[in-house]
Amino acid sequence: MRRSASNVPRTQTSGVAGGRRRTGPTAWMAAPALVFFGAFALIPLVGVVVLSFTQWDGLGDIQFAGLTSWRATLADPVTHSALGLTLRVMVVSWVVQAPISLLLGVFMAGRQRYRAVLAVLYFLPLLFSSAAIGIGFKAMLDPVFGLSSALGIKWLSQDWLGNPTLALYTVIAVIAWAFVPFHSLLYQAGVRQIPRSLYEAAMIDGAGGWTQFWRITVPQLRYTIITSSTLMLVGSLTFFDLFYVMTQGGPGNATRILPLDMYLTGFRSFQMGKAAVISVILSAIGLTLSLTLNRLSGANRMESQMEGM
Amino acid sequence: MQLRKARLATALTLAIAVSGALTACGGDGDETASPPAGSPTVNDADTSATDGDDAGASADDGAASTATAWFLTGEPKESLWGASIDTWNQANPNQSIAYEAYANDAYKEKIRTAVGSGSAPTMILNWGAGGTLQEYVASDKVVDLTGRVDDALSRVLPSVADAGKIDGVQYAVPNADSQPVILYYNKELFEQAGIEVPITWDELLASIPKFKDIGVAPFGIAGQSKWPDLMWLEYLADRVGGPETFNAVVRGEENAWSSPEMLQALTYIQDFVEADGFIDNFASITTDSNADAALLYTGKVAMLLQGSWVYGTVKNEAPDFITSGKLGTFPFPTVPGGKGDIANIAGNTSNYWSVYADSTTTDQDAAVGYLNAESYTDTFVDALIDGGALPPVVGIEDKLAASPDADFLTQAYDLVKNAPNFQLSWDQALGSVAAQELLTNLDQIFLGQITPEQFADNMNATIGQ
Repeated sequence: MRRSASNVPRTQTSGVAGGRRRTGPTAWMAAPALVFFGAFALIPLVGVVVLSFTQWDGLGDIQFAGLTSWRATLADPVTHSALGLTLRVMVVSWVVQAPISLLLGVFMAGRQRYRAVLAVLYFLPLLFSSAAIGIGFKAMLDPVFGLSSALGIKWLSQDWLGNPTLALYTVIAVIAWAFVPFHSLLYQAGVRQIPRSLYEAAMIDGAGGWTQFWRITVPQLRYTIITSSTLMLVGSLTFFDLFYVMTQGGPGNATRILPLDMYLTGFRSFQMGKAAVISVILSAIGLTLSLTLNRLSGANRMESQMEGM
Repeated sequence: MQLRKARLATALTLAIAVSGALTACGGDGDETASPPAGSPTVNDADTSATDGDDAGASADDGAASTATAWFLTGEPKESLWGASIDTWNQANPNQSIAYEAYANDAYKEKIRTAVGSGSAPTMILNWGAGGTLQEYVASDKVVDLTGRVDDALSRVLPSVADAGKIDGVQYAVPNADSQPVILYYNKELFEQAGIEVPITWDELLASIPKFKDIGVAPFGIAGQSKWPDLMWLEYLADRVGGPETFNAVVRGEENAWSSPEMLQALTYIQDFVEADGFIDNFASITTDSNADAALLYTGKVAMLLQGSWVYGTVKNEAPDFITSGKLGTFPFPTVPGGKGDIANIAGNTSNYWSVYADSTTTDQDAAVGYLNAESYTDTFVDALIDGGALPPVVGIEDKLAASPDADFLTQAYDLVKNAPNFQLSWDQALGSVAAQELLTNLDQIFLGQITPEQFADNMNATIGQ
């Protein structure tokens, strides 16, 4: 109902709507942000697109090469595997992080004793820089001098970062460790905004904790779930630092995800043209993904969740 | 409308965060990651003194130098280079050189873009006549130093000085220790296992079960860092086919990577991995934390093939291991029917200074002046020797013999001086594209993910690129 109601005035009185907007803060207030956006986002983006049609080793002159870099990159098996790995990181990261963050967030939103203390502990990883986390885990995962020898647990001496299959999941686990706190924070805030009266009413109707969670908490958190999931999915697409520090793409190419592929192609092999192609592909995927997520989820309509309250 | 705009902006921001990562890393955008070039953060105290001098003389100081130098972090050389430039600056306030130090990997990425974009320092640290220096020369980015740095070169071993030449032209001047790759071993473990130093590959293979019997791994290797793998191929390719095996690659001969000698060397590596010649989980071990050197001095492995800097690391971290006489070295074994001389070595001949062609003549003169005046001064050489490093300098036998590390240093010095061939590390000798492919493919050879033939195919594709 509300949906159609909001559509009607827009088509009928768009002129009025435009006029009304001018009564708000002046559009000039957006100018500084736009300038920054143009200088640091749009211009580099155009630069990258132009660069993708060239060949450049970072030293000599930039040579226009038409589609050469595009053809080479699209035919490169390393890029294909990088794309596949990126998708896997995206999906697995979401599957691991989303439920944990949701449950932790709900738990931390409660007001019982000791929860504040625990919440502080959960947030600690959020304070560390990715590079420090990477270096720290790398040292702990050393098969000879790492955690296994510190704790005396033989099982911990695995080929964590050296086994091509295991390495990817090891890094995904570290990513989860580093990012779950942030998403829990989102959920905690979301849960605290749910009116208590909903739960009270449900209790009077005899709903248990489980039913309350599924029928009230989760539906009420809908937009938080969308926000958090978008950040997770698009975030994993741009993931770079932990992989760079922990594996450099190795063993072999087993953890060479797309952003790392872009970096190594650009700043190790110095094939700037190919690197630019990869970054254009990355931008396109990221843009499509976040637009699609927004559309599918209906977040663009942003109807109220508080109808009838 | 507003919502749609916001949505588009969000989406664009996300997308651009991606592409931004590429552009932000290049060119001049690095100021956030490191202090601006030319501001000598490392030597605050000393330059403020120099600045004081300049302030006094600034009136008639129109052509004062703005020369800069970038070098690598890591002791002892970081302090040595700094101190050496400080000495020059104090004696030549009008030709003073500012400097900055960077971590190895970060430096390699930064210097390249800096050289390309015209913002490189006057003095460019490099690894001698390999792929990277060749690319600088091809783009006219470094100055011809022939005849201008004879004073500096006169102190250096000729083979090391020659490694700064490309097509007979001197583009680079040595500025550090020589870093041959050395086969270290733990004498105590050899005694326990009842093994003589192996001279041949078969003897080395035969020693594997004996070390396992006493519960240690034969070899340590930092597989995760990839480049230590390279040392094995450098030595094995030499032992199988002599220097020619790799020289054919450097000359860019078609299918040079699939020569029978190269394939044989790769097969030896896979055989050795298969025979458990390396410690379990070696692919998870890194060398940036010196975990590989630690394997050796804690007695977890019997042998380690690594650069000469490992001696300094052991000396620093576990001096007892050296003083108790447990650390030994021996030449890389020969292979059956191999053509390579057992005295051939591989490694980094030295680090080098080149002078940036896009800097001003005043700055270039300051750099050349510095090179002639301060290269391998007695103080510099003594300090290198004190750190257990090997200066590639002529006539220092007595100094080495008098050092507490005389055993190691004399051996290493003779090794370098007498080597019929000193092969530059392959990742330095090749261009950047081939070097990266090489590291990845060799990693896969060690992991058993590809065969020597697949390796050769992948690498042949990089020839002429």
